[in-house]
Amino acid sequence: MTSVGAARAAAFDPGAEAARVTEAILRDTKVGAHRGVVVDSPPGAGKSTLVVRAALELADAGRPLMVVAQTNAQVDDLVLRLHEKRPDLPVGRLHSSDADAYDKALEGLDNVLLSDKAAALAGLPVVISTAAKWGHVKPSDAHWEQAIVDEAYQMRSDALLTVAGLFDRALFVGDPGQLDPFSVVGAEQWAGLSYDPSASAVSTLLAHNPGLPQHRLPVSWRLPASAAPLVSAAFYPYTPFRAGTGHDDRRLSFAVPSDGSGPDRVIDEAAHSGWGLLELPHRLTPRTDPEAVRAVATVVRRLLDRGGAAVSERSDVPVPLTADRVAVGTAHRDQAAAVRAALAELGVRDVVVDTANRLQGREYDVTVVLHPLSGRPDATAFHLETGRLCVLASRHRHACIVVCRAGVADLLDDHPSTEPVQLGVTVKFPDGWEANHAVLSHLAEHRVPWRP
Amino acid sequence: MSLITTLARLEAIRAGRAQPAATVRHRHLAERPLVVVPLTTAGEAGAPLGALVGCDRDAPRLLVVPQPRDRDLRSAFLAELADVVLPYVESFADDVELVEGKEADPETGRQVKVERELCADAPQLIVPSRAGVEFLRLLGRSTRFRRTADQDPETAYPAPPRVPLLGRWLTHFGERARVPGSSLLLAMTDLLSRHWATGQSSLEDQHLGALLAWIDPPVEEGLTGAEAALRAELGRDPEGQLLCPPAGPATDPAFDNRLLAPAIERYDRARSALAAAEDGVAADALLAHLSEAEREIGELVRSRTLPTWENVWRGLDLLRALPEASRVPDRWTGDRWSFTAHRDRVASGEPPQPRIDDAVTAAQKLARREREQAKLDAQEALDDPLVLAARRLTGEAFVGEVVEVAMTYTETKRPSPRPLVTVRTEDRPHLGEKAKVFRSLEGKPQTARFVAAEEEDGGAGGAGEVSAEGPLLVVLRIVDRMGRGKEPALGSVPEKGDRLCFTLFEHEPRGGPKLPDPENTPWTHGGPPSDPAPLPAADPVTEEDLL
Amino acid sequence: MSHAHPALSVADARLPRVSEYLSGPRPGRGGPGPEPNQSPGPGGDRVGQGEAPYGDAPALRQRLAELRGPGVQAKPLDARALAALAANPGCERRAILDGAGVDKTALASALGAPAPFGQSQFAFTRGHAFEARVKGDGGAELLRLVRERLDPSAPEPPPGGARLPDLAATGPQGRAGRTALALREAAAAAEAEGAWTLLDHPMLALEVAGTPAFLEPDAVVVHPDGTWTVVEIKSFPMLDGSADAAKVGAAARQAAVYVLALEDVAARLDPPPRVRHRILLVCPKDFSNLPTASAVDVRKQRAVTARQLGRLTRVEEIAAGLAPGACFSPELPADLLAETVESVRAEYTPECLATCELAFHCRARARAEGTVTVLGRSARAELGELAAVEAVLAAAHGEAGDAADPAVAALRRAARLREEALACR
Repeated sequence: MTSVGAARAAAFDPGAEAARVTEAILRDTKVGAHRGVVVDSPPGAGKSTLVVRAALELADAGRPLMVVAQTNAQVDDLVLRLHEKRPDLPVGRLHSSDADAYDKALEGLDNVLLSDKAAALAGLPVVISTAAKWGHVKPSDAHWEQAIVDEAYQMRSDALLTVAGLFDRALFVGDPGQLDPFSVVGAEQWAGLSYDPSASAVSTLLAHNPGLPQHRLPVSWRLPASAAPLVSAAFYPYTPFRAGTGHDDRRLSFAVPSDGSGPDRVIDEAAHSGWGLLELPHRLTPRTDPEAVRAVATVVRRLLDRGGAAVSERSDVPVPLTADRVAVGTAHRDQAAAVRAALAELGVRDVVVDTANRLQGREYDVTVVLHPLSGRPDATAFHLETGRLCVLASRHRHACIVVCRAGVADLLDDHPSTEPVQLGVTVKFPDGWEANHAVLSHLAEHRVPWRP
Repeated sequence: MSLITTLARLEAIRAGRAQPAATVRHRHLAERPLVVVPLTTAGEAGAPLGALVGCDRDAPRLLVVPQPRDRDLRSAFLAELADVVLPYVESFADDVELVEGKEADPETGRQVKVERELCADAPQLIVPSRAGVEFLRLLGRSTRFRRTADQDPETAYPAPPRVPLLGRWLTHFGERARVPGSSLLLAMTDLLSRHWATGQSSLEDQHLGALLAWIDPPVEEGLTGAEAALRAELGRDPEGQLLCPPAGPATDPAFDNRLLAPAIERYDRARSALAAAEDGVAADALLAHLSEAEREIGELVRSRTLPTWENVWRGLDLLRALPEASRVPDRWTGDRWSFTAHRDRVASGEPPQPRIDDAVTAAQKLARREREQAKLDAQEALDDPLVLAARRLTGEAFVGEVVEVAMTYTETKRPSPRPLVTVRTEDRPHLGEKAKVFRSLEGKPQTARFVAAEEEDGGAGGAGEVSAEGPLLVVLRIVDRMGRGKEPALGSVPEKGDRLCFTLFEHEPRGGPKLPDPENTPWTHGGPPSDPAPLPAADPVTEEDLL
Repeated sequence: MSHAHPALSVADARLPRVSEYLSGPRPGRGGPGPEPNQSPGPGGDRVGQGEAPYGDAPALRQRLAELRGPGVQAKPLDARALAALAANPGCERRAILDGAGVDKTALASALGAPAPFGQSQFAFTRGHAFEARVKGDGGAELLRLVRERLDPSAPEPPPGGARLPDLAATGPQGRAGRTALALREAAAAAEAEGAWTLLDHPMLALEVAGTPAFLEPDAVVVHPDGTWTVVEIKSFPMLDGSADAAKVGAAARQAAVYVLALEDVAARLDPPPRVRHRILLVCPKDFSNLPTASAVDVRKQRAVTARQLGRLTRVEEIAAGLAPGACFSPELPADLLAETVESVRAEYTPECLATCELAFHCRARARAEGTVTVLGRSARAELGELAAVEAVLAAAHGEAGDAADPAVAALRRAARLREEALACR
């Protein structure tokens, strides 16, 4: 597989390919005949870079722009990126009236204007806010010719309905493979309608505007060559993408040799192959399985203790693997809390531990994942959701280590499949069962049994 | 299923009877609800077979369709149903109170004060099960577009005068039933399983007879809940009929095949004989046969609905024995507004509800239901320690004693109080950095910010989560509802020794962004809907139509 | 799937191993890749002959016949039963009983816990009347719906209607053979003259765990382009374009079984025709008796069913675990039967009550044993290894269990909080 991959990589110039798509997107956005342009961006394909670049080009073209993101963190991040790229460009950050509505880091920045009133920011080349805040702006009070809607697949159709009156045209950017938006109450009554308010903004947009140009960023710059094929095949079966780097471009090494323990062996396996499965013996456990939690914490501790260094296309010299380059992903908040506590006991402080929902859009060198189905007596729709596993398995630049109890394959096989079917609803692929099996069987090749 | 519910159900298994899932009643119960026990014909969409309806437990009205495939008989049934439901509904329309509110002035767009009518009380429909709610919704859909001879003299099969109006009301009840916490139309199985945890699954709880068997087992017969539930599910008389007929609207196939089908056949024969009668004398005798056949079907329908009717009222008795939760009237006011608004739409001659919501209406309904769900979850927890217990267990609330209060102030020109309150709790709240928490102060939420937490015996501190078991000291900063002065208003700051409950969820969820008017539906959602016809077209009527 | 066995079923043979998911193209997505109809599975051409195709299958069939009891005919598996395999794939009891063709209704009665399923004659009559109406007039309306919903660019059927081959034959094997022939001819007619062909109640055979199952879809349509569509006719309504999602789901799973069986037939033609993965569901429109239809994508259901059929190979493994001479004949005394039934592990959950004839028996056993899943699958979610009612309660009340086990700790906290709240009353 490696030799075939290398041969293909030689014929495929990721940089040129990505640039070609980006040019087409910008062309369609700036001079295209359509009111909307949709861009699918797989994990780490340069979505943020695209958004920043599109924003700057539109600003340069003198087209006032509003940017819609989904969370305050995403908005702040975009503001910072824009400011970093073009410190002289006036950027408006529209925020809510809550006490800490935005990152305090924005306060001191020249040319970044903060306000909770859209009118106060009117006329600026770029104004950025969350969908929720934009929803409170009246179309009669403010209007933009152009918008960029970021994370559009995580935005609900009804949220788009509240903001779409503010702009004439828009560039919609997002990752279709991540977690779908959801509703806490039943919305079956509208299932199959083109404007089902609980569906994603993109599905409504495309149902009503089937002719819109759709692009796909073809290259993941984050995922290493060891991960892109698996993530692409398992989660993006109809829209494959490639890694921007080759197998030799990234290397993870450790100064301290393995002590032969399970955690060290799985770290070495992951450093070598990009993936590692630390398998604990089969046992049914509650979500905060103490052994699994301790195993996760131990792996993190060892990652930091063994003097890791990452070599990549970004730097000529090895970069130390520090706490801020490592993250832990879980399915549930209480699991994240338990891992944090276990890490604290081991004296680890600065490693991010969060749920899949909150890790969306983030990037690390190494991730340690507590498998959503580990130790569970039953698989539920929540745990089988492809987007959850996709987020967890696609945050890393070098390696991903999964901690899991044995027996998940049997659990999947015994899972009943009696889902209801709504007429007119497009079937979403892949289904969780297949995606989970695909990932599991790949991980099985990098399995290390737990041994303290 | 939450762990605390699982535990309650397991306790029910051990005890042989249902255990409380609530300590107070979380739904409004009308003094005089209208109970509807409908039956439908198998295999047909919304072809009613009959119903028991009424507000008087001892005098239900029996409605029967002796031949469910006969259009005229079905129309007669619907007309009768309208005769029961509409007077009941309309009896609430006239008693109103005036409520002051604000409204945008159509001329100036400014908010002006207006007085609005609010019906003092509202009707309440109770059906045995969720399938009953679904069936009323279906009846609403099938009748609201019908045309009466008045509306359309040309129509081939005119509906009885009040039937389309019945359809509009049933549709309204059906839609309102989808709003969490609403009480205009309720299913008894939902009501009971909200308040009791049985020793069976929630799937099995949808059998009204079995559910009641767990909640109120016939101890006098020496049966446990499980045994009585089994009898309710499967017990049959020597003729093979279920002792406890299904709560409907679907009937038991054994009833259909062995009793109902032969009776309908006899009815059909009697009718054909009557139609073929050659003279008045013969007709008289044949008419008697027909009436007898009709009466027989009526008795069959009564025999299948009466046990359920009794069960619904028994359920009401059980629920009435629970004290009403304190925030129930607040939610019932929402139901009253909903009723009043529909009353006004009917009175102003608006057309029936469309078949399919437009984009804006759908989004509005979803937003409202999400808000009502959040409100319901919060209110039930605030009203009921048993519901709160589940939220405490999941780390979404905590209860504890105030052990220290230290005054601090904002460093602003006019300093405001920001007291630091330390609460000792045995709960394990999931408090993130600067998390907001709320407590109920004179019925209104007071906000505090999480500052720090540590184990009482000196464990880890700071923001974040603590895993060990012992008591926890949580430091909070109170940030609002202390009045305008430098010193907090009397009673607005917790005192040492107070036992308080803080929640991580909001008590009064905020409304979301305003949606555009339908005529301003944006291009992303298909643009404005095409001009709606003043009256949506009736369903096409064909020879073989069922309704 | 860890149950590799020499006696692979047809379905299993064409399912890739899980490890192939990555290297090879994946099944069930309609993407490029070896669709089953391009690679005839072993034994595919034996379907309908009632002959076991491979390995030690005769021994297995002998064993399964013994399990049914002397002289008891195998209850043929129909599409509904096959589709129901996905309802509780972890249940070995159901797998062996279905795999051996045991009449579960008779067995349940013999065990003293009869299945409460039945069909109202009203529903039956109505269903038949509606189907007849849909297919009336030489299938003109049905073909119109197929064309409109699935193949709008195809030519309209000529006024005389479509080809309506006679499928009558003796016995299921004969009918299956006749159907296969008619499909072959339809393929030729499509290629020669772009004809539409409607097969009314064709008979399809599908090899399931060594025995042929005979399946009878409501209709199969051969399009002018040579592709095949499964038609399901149901009597629940499509109201304003939507229908009961649980019923549509069941119809989709049933149709997926037909799709698999048709793919078996298609695989034997050259070139193999494509079986469409969008089926046509025909239902009454609103409150009328007029047909309306919707295309339903059954790729997922097809993949699930193929997977579950593959897993039926477990039957041999389960049979091997039974005591010699074990038998499920309803003629046997109830206590002996109960003992034999008990010797196969069941995975009872409340959902079984709607899908399995034996459910009330299994529920009674599960209750007697005090299994927590009588409350539903989700009841176990936070209980860890605790699976028995009394064990959970003992742990919750501090009578048993290790406080360091987070499941036990959570239970104790739950019990404490619950008691505290109830004391407030």
